Amino acid sequence: MPRILRINTKTKEYSFEDVGPYVNLGGRALTSRVINKEVPADCHPLSAENKLVFATGLLGGSTAANSGRLSVGTKSPLTGGIKESNSGGLFAHKMPKMDLLAIILEDKPAEDAPFTTIFISEDKVEFKDASDITGMDNYPAHDKLLEEYGDKLCAAMIGPAGETVRQTATIQFTDPYKRPARSAGRGGTGAVMGSKKVKAIILDPAVNNKVAAADVDAFKVARKEWVGILQGHPVTSEGLPAFGTCVLVNVINEAGALPAKNFRLGQVEHAADISGEKIAEVIESRKGKTTEGCHAGCVIQCSQQYNNAKGEYVTSGFEYETVWAFGANAMIKDIDDIAELDRICDDKGMDTIEIGNTIAIAMDGGIIPWGDGKAAIELLKKVGTGDPMGMIIGNGVTFAGHAFGVDRLPVVKNQSMPAYDPRAVKGVGVTYATSAMGADHTAGYGVTANVLGVGGTVDGHKKEGNVELSKNLQVATAAIDSMGFCLFVAFAVLDAENGVQTMADLVQSYTGNTFTADDLVNLGVNCMKDEQEFNERAGFTKMDDKLPRFFETEALPPHNVTWDIDENELQGAKA
Amino acid sequence: MGIEIKLFATLAKYLPENGDDYPIEEGETIRSIVEKLDIPVEDISLMFVNSCRSNLETELKDKDRVGIFPPVGGG
Repeated sequence: MPRILRINTKTKEYSFEDVGPYVNLGGRALTSRVINKEVPADCHPLSAENKLVFATGLLGGSTAANSGRLSVGTKSPLTGGIKESNSGGLFAHKMPKMDLLAIILEDKPAEDAPFTTIFISEDKVEFKDASDITGMDNYPAHDKLLEEYGDKLCAAMIGPAGETVRQTATIQFTDPYKRPARSAGRGGTGAVMGSKKVKAIILDPAVNNKVAAADVDAFKVARKEWVGILQGHPVTSEGLPAFGTCVLVNVINEAGALPAKNFRLGQVEHAADISGEKIAEVIESRKGKTTEGCHAGCVIQCSQQYNNAKGEYVTSGFEYETVWAFGANAMIKDIDDIAELDRICDDKGMDTIEIGNTIAIAMDGGIIPWGDGKAAIELLKKVGTGDPMGMIIGNGVTFAGHAFGVDRLPVVKNQSMPAYDPRAVKGVGVTYATSAMGADHTAGYGVTANVLGVGGTVDGHKKEGNVELSKNLQVATAAIDSMGFCLFVAFAVLDAENGVQTMADLVQSYTGNTFTADDLVNLGVNCMKDEQEFNERAGFTKMDDKLPRFFETEALPPHNVTWDIDENELQGAKA
Repeated sequence: MGIEIKLFATLAKYLPENGDDYPIEEGETIRSIVEKLDIPVEDISLMFVNSCRSNLETELKDKDRVGIFPPVGGG
């Protein structure tokens, strides 16, 4: 039976509990319900009252393709609202093999308490001394953990940014290639873990209980159908494996929707130099890998291994959002500099979107020159040290903007925008505005119908149809995140008649509980309601759903479009 | 008359050497260019002319910038 493990980080007591009121929930629906029901909405995110929840999806532990994503939930130090940050890596599929549905970190030790490593075994939790890895970057610290726990290591950990409770701090997870390269990236979840003085969580490599579907035959049928859907769609079977997510650089640039120079431009001349096509060419010439999965059971394989000119490993999970933030928004043209910046973010444990945008703010504020990759590298190396500049950069766009006197801050609920200008891609703009997460493209990816011609076509330059598009995608996404699927399955599902039904069939046959397509939709709707409720109690109003004013007053070239959806119209995208 | 033509991702292999200034005649469309370049129509998903979403029947004029993509996604 799946259980919930609660760990008190102050008293070091723990309990393995029945799922109780959280039955039939998983992933994001579970983390958001726990945060909504158990965390005072007005608490400080770094206080003892906040909790940090790790949850596997409804299909966690199964052999359904692309079902091994993890949800990390908390009250966000960056936004002050609820947060679910989603990651690949080994954690989500491992938890069910330890009969765990969720792990909840509670309370916090005294300020001067040392960092600990929490080792979770079959029915036991140990707090171990973490002094040998405290203060270390994620890669070397992960290497030390590999030495201690062996090749089957499955860890969640924070870097120096998390230890120093910076608002951009991530939690990094062991990937299938023994690297801490997967991130719960957005919203500062790593700072919450740091506030609880936990450097790492290790799932005992020795515990590996067998997990089986409740209805084996029905599950096999649904699983085969599912793989067929993913492998039958050209985005998930050709574009993503060959070029990674950076395949988007050229298309978003060509569409005039690639935010550049702190959201002043919609195109850059150097797009080809930072494109997925270029990155694949560089990787091949240096004998890296163009195609990798972020978790076991992935059939899309959009990740990669990027090497430097000497053929040495630099980074992986080198995503479009990362390349855009540094390459277009901060105008850094050298792809090797961008790869180095990505590696530093993984090593310090920082969100590449928030940090890339923060570098653009530092450039806008005259701290370093536009496009200066080497200066950006030096700035990022300061995060996690006692250097006040590192403290500023590590706290993200709004904080750095205030420090540097920059008034052009592309944020919603203090979380900065990803790689699509909301004026030219209004479907995702509605999501930035209305998601409880702050500006988040993954919460309802309207880029599909606005630009990519997936799941129908809605004009991204006009307001018509985009509130509805965003709402439908936000509901579907909340359900996908709750089942444990990788969001990229949506590209195939949106164009497949049997997509939603097959996902429902997988859940029903795996869990043994009735789960229809309607149940799937309700899972998403109820998840969003939990998130909206929490934010309302935390003090958010419809005025917090507005985009910054400059998107309404400044036209974006080349299409000269502005943002024109007001806060009342936007409420239509809420659950 | 000439256009700038860009072919992306898996279509890059069809790019002609004179893609920066590809000669066209009066009344040509994306479809006629695609046929001349032997690009399988079924492999094409997205077309842009001067950054505007277009289709196979979009007429081309001198100095147009044409971008053609297979199905792509990511994010």
